[in-house]
Amino acid sequence: MREMILKAIEKNSRVDIHELAIMLGTDDETVYNEMVQMEKENIICGYHTMIDWDKTGIDKISALIEVKVTPQKDTGFEKIAEMISNYPEVNSVYLISGSYDILVLIEGKTLREVSLFVSEKLASIDSVLSTATHFVLRKYKDHGTVLATKPVSERMLVTP
Amino acid sequence: MRDPLSSKIQDIPFSGIRKFFDVVSEMPEAISLGVGEPDFDTPWVIRKAGIETLEKGRTFYTSNSGLKELRIEISKYLERKIHVKYDPLTEVLITVGGSEGIDAAMRAMLDKGDEVLIPQPSYVSYVPCAVLADGVPVVIPLKNENEFKLTRQELLDNITDKTKLLVLPFPNNPTGSIMTGEELMDLVDVIVEHDLFVISDEIYSELTYKGKHVSIASLPGMRERTIVINGFSKGYAMTGWRLGYAAGPERIIEQMMKIHQYCIMCAPTNSQYAAVEGLKHCDQEVLEMRDEYNRRRRYLVDFFKRTGIPCFEPFGAFYIFPCIKEFGMNSEDFATRFLMEEKVAVVPGTAFGDSGEGFLRISYAYSMEDLKEALGRFERFIKKLRAEKNN
Repeated sequence: MREMILKAIEKNSRVDIHELAIMLGTDDETVYNEMVQMEKENIICGYHTMIDWDKTGIDKISALIEVKVTPQKDTGFEKIAEMISNYPEVNSVYLISGSYDILVLIEGKTLREVSLFVSEKLASIDSVLSTATHFVLRKYKDHGTVLATKPVSERMLVTP
Repeated sequence: MRDPLSSKIQDIPFSGIRKFFDVVSEMPEAISLGVGEPDFDTPWVIRKAGIETLEKGRTFYTSNSGLKELRIEISKYLERKIHVKYDPLTEVLITVGGSEGIDAAMRAMLDKGDEVLIPQPSYVSYVPCAVLADGVPVVIPLKNENEFKLTRQELLDNITDKTKLLVLPFPNNPTGSIMTGEELMDLVDVIVEHDLFVISDEIYSELTYKGKHVSIASLPGMRERTIVINGFSKGYAMTGWRLGYAAGPERIIEQMMKIHQYCIMCAPTNSQYAAVEGLKHCDQEVLEMRDEYNRRRRYLVDFFKRTGIPCFEPFGAFYIFPCIKEFGMNSEDFATRFLMEEKVAVVPGTAFGDSGEGFLRISYAYSMEDLKEALGRFERFIKKLRAEKNN
């Protein structure tokens, strides 16, 4: 049931509990209880909105920053990842395999704001050895959703 | 000038759907619950394979029966899904959609005057194909109280000395009805005893929502008297690729191949290459589409229950078949008025045979947003009708 709920709300968190229960062939209470429980367990961590800021005219800039660090004694990467996560401008922090250790996704208003974050906040953390910042030029797909304008369906209205 | 047309072809009426389509096409602003094809795009792996096929210049004919590789994959697929083994070299024929398979099967099996049992409501092609093959279509009107399944008694009541073929259209378009293994089993000894053959149109086999799809070909004694028709249109969302297949005993497939060879030559080459990829890599995507249809299906069943429109719960395809008899209008009038007043196209049940009178075919091959908009209008419409009736 959990997987069914999560799969259904992953793409549409606005679905109403009653409708969701109908669509999954169960009752409102079951869905409600499972969702509350998954919120408690932090399996459901939020109900965010997907926004294509490019279409709004509001300036936003995002960057992916690859960070190479020296793992700390006892805590390894945990402490550093936590530290980076604390900055509100940071969207995502991933520990990754490969030539870098941590991938940081950041969103700022201007190029300068992002650069300042890297040079002042990120690079100044002791165990950070090096960073490489990649600015996002254009987003095509995010969270499994293609951001381009929705194509108009060309299906005929009535077919056998 | 002489009449250029044969009386045979002139006697066949145009499809009822086409008539309704003409009305709808005058209304570009209308929304619809009337389509018989998936709203999903063909899975990307398949589309990519189609593109690559063209890039590589594979634009030649394939062998008449179809690409060997595809027939092998289909044979594996059928074994895995319906547990029947077909020799890919002699018992599988790749056709231009399931429709061509139906036509070829009837032409291969019917002599003048042979009767073909066709349960209705069902897909619009069976009766005309039987006529074109010089057969005599005998319609079995299925009943709402049986959830539009074919019963043993109905079958028995319609068999004569001339009966040769039975069409089994399940999971069914337009009713969404399915037949379970036990329900099919109930027909088997009648079929065998009367020495009938079966065209089992299983084009919606991937879209069943209660248990696994059972093919009559898998039941005892039935493999040798059944032609299974299937294809990629519905389950793999590939309607426009025009690709289907027939599987059955060599003796029949061989003769169907002859018709196919002379009339069609071969199915579209790039569709065939693309379908190979589909069979190899798209199980998960097919499953996910089915799950999405299932969520919508449950939503619709609840909708009709809530609004008091009688409707059995359909467990197949992507249609629901509500009864609108309470409004005292025939299906066509209801659908026409609904279209005029609320700008929503649905298909009158009568487009699929007279026994569809009093019913509508509602398709749920639409996104939830589109479904909600259209159903909202339906609810408003029936409230208006009920108010009219009470005044």
